Amino acid sequence: MIDLMDRRADESALAVSPPKIEVRGLDFFYGKVQALKAVDLAVPANAVTAIIGPSGCGKSTLLRTINRIYEIYPDQRAAGEIVVDGANVLKPRFPLSALRRSVGMVFQKPTPFATSIRKNVAFALSYYERLSKAELADRVEDALRQAALWDEVADKLDASALSLSGGQQQRLCIARTLAVRPEIILLDEPTSALDPISTARIEELIDELRQRFTIVIVTHNMQQAARVSQRTAFFHLGELIEVGDTSQIFTNPHVQRTQDYITGRYG
Amino acid sequence: MTVLFRRRLADFVALLFAGAATLFGLTWLVWILWTTVSHGAAALSPALFTEMTPPPGASGGLLNAFYGSAVMVALAVLIGTPVGIAAGTYLAEHGRHSRLAAAVGFINDVLLSAPSIVIGLFVYELVVRPMGHFSGLAGALALAVILLPIVVRTTDEALRLVPNPMREAAFALGLPAWRVTSRVIYKAALSGIVTGILLGLARIAGETAPLLFTALNNQFWSADITGPLANVPVVIFQYAMSPYDEWHALAWAGALALTLFVLGLNLAVRFFARKGSK
Repeated sequence: MIDLMDRRADESALAVSPPKIEVRGLDFFYGKVQALKAVDLAVPANAVTAIIGPSGCGKSTLLRTINRIYEIYPDQRAAGEIVVDGANVLKPRFPLSALRRSVGMVFQKPTPFATSIRKNVAFALSYYERLSKAELADRVEDALRQAALWDEVADKLDASALSLSGGQQQRLCIARTLAVRPEIILLDEPTSALDPISTARIEELIDELRQRFTIVIVTHNMQQAARVSQRTAFFHLGELIEVGDTSQIFTNPHVQRTQDYITGRYG
Repeated sequence: MTVLFRRRLADFVALLFAGAATLFGLTWLVWILWTTVSHGAAALSPALFTEMTPPPGASGGLLNAFYGSAVMVALAVLIGTPVGIAAGTYLAEHGRHSRLAAAVGFINDVLLSAPSIVIGLFVYELVVRPMGHFSGLAGALALAVILLPIVVRTTDEALRLVPNPMREAAFALGLPAWRVTSRVIYKAALSGIVTGILLGLARIAGETAPLLFTALNNQFWSADITGPLANVPVVIFQYAMSPYDEWHALAWAGALALTLFVLGLNLAVRFFARKGSK
């Protein structure tokens, strides 16, 4: 009953426009442990959707299901549908490479590869596209500019990516993701390992990127969710409790549990 | 006797035993090194690297033995390394959750501790008997079989040290498994894999038993790997057992050269291991 009322209440422009990602009846299992229970969630295009909730609520699990990265672990399993641009990407026959190319992901800890800055960005690019040296250099520069890292690394593209600071490494990982021109970007607590200044830079970057990409960000930090997102979904114990425009969720949540979480009563 | 005094006494005694045990172990090592260096240094000369193993009573060098050893060890690395890296990759990257991989890992550990003379005998039956004569090829094969489990184990462990988030990051770009492994995971594990190969190299460089059954020895210059091939460990064995002083001197020189080679390899291992931990 409460559920129905929430849906009716959610009539913002973002909720009614056709979604970029539509999660329908998603269950997720780690072995025998169920981590997501019948999740339905619509993610609008060209906006930032924040996923919040206490540890172990299934936020990261949901993210890891959208690009099917969980499949590299044989004991993890998802059931239900995730429809991206009209196609259910959870179908075993859906081409994984195409899915992951259009759905980029940035992780909690920066994960630069043990090679040069240039090769980190060019790495996936040169697998997908046949580019001349000059084109490749352009695309690398373009990606680094979009990730607001170009000015800091322009004169040392062949230096090891491991020599960068943590914040720079994370922006490099974003550049690496942007280089293959995805449509959706998944951010799994992208700033939780970073200092406040690096965090601010990444948040600015997310705000710029939302013009052209659909962004889903998992965060522990509610201020961050309030700052960067337009939509917020609150998860608890594997269930989607409430979703709405960020301003509404943070100022006027419809469900008591959401209210309790954002006011810091648990989490 | 106060509690404090008792604790200090116990501490002192424990330290004394630990120190004595360390000293006991080091004594033998230094003794061996000293004996090798003092006897070997006397026999060092340019002739060692330019002349062949001599008949009794004549002077000569170990050129043919050095050459034969180098060829067989190189061939063994050439055969054992790709197979070992491939098997280690299977164990760490693809077979983590499979029973087959667990079985392969166990068998590999058995092979790792198999006596080298058994491996020599095995290759003797497999290659030497059908061919009808000893050969450098059979020697290289025996050494490769000894090298293989070392490379498998160290590759497996080096790959397991690569954190999962790095695998996820590479897979998240949509790359196929072979490209993730070959371009990302190997690069991250490179120093560990190289360390394993060098350790294996150090192990097979001094192996004697498997070569006695396979490559045997050759008094003369030979670059033919399908025939008997001279090699340092077997030359040391034969010359040291002989009654001739010139041969004794050459055996010591060979032992010194071998020791220095293995020492150098171990230094290289330390270098690569440190590079990897940075």
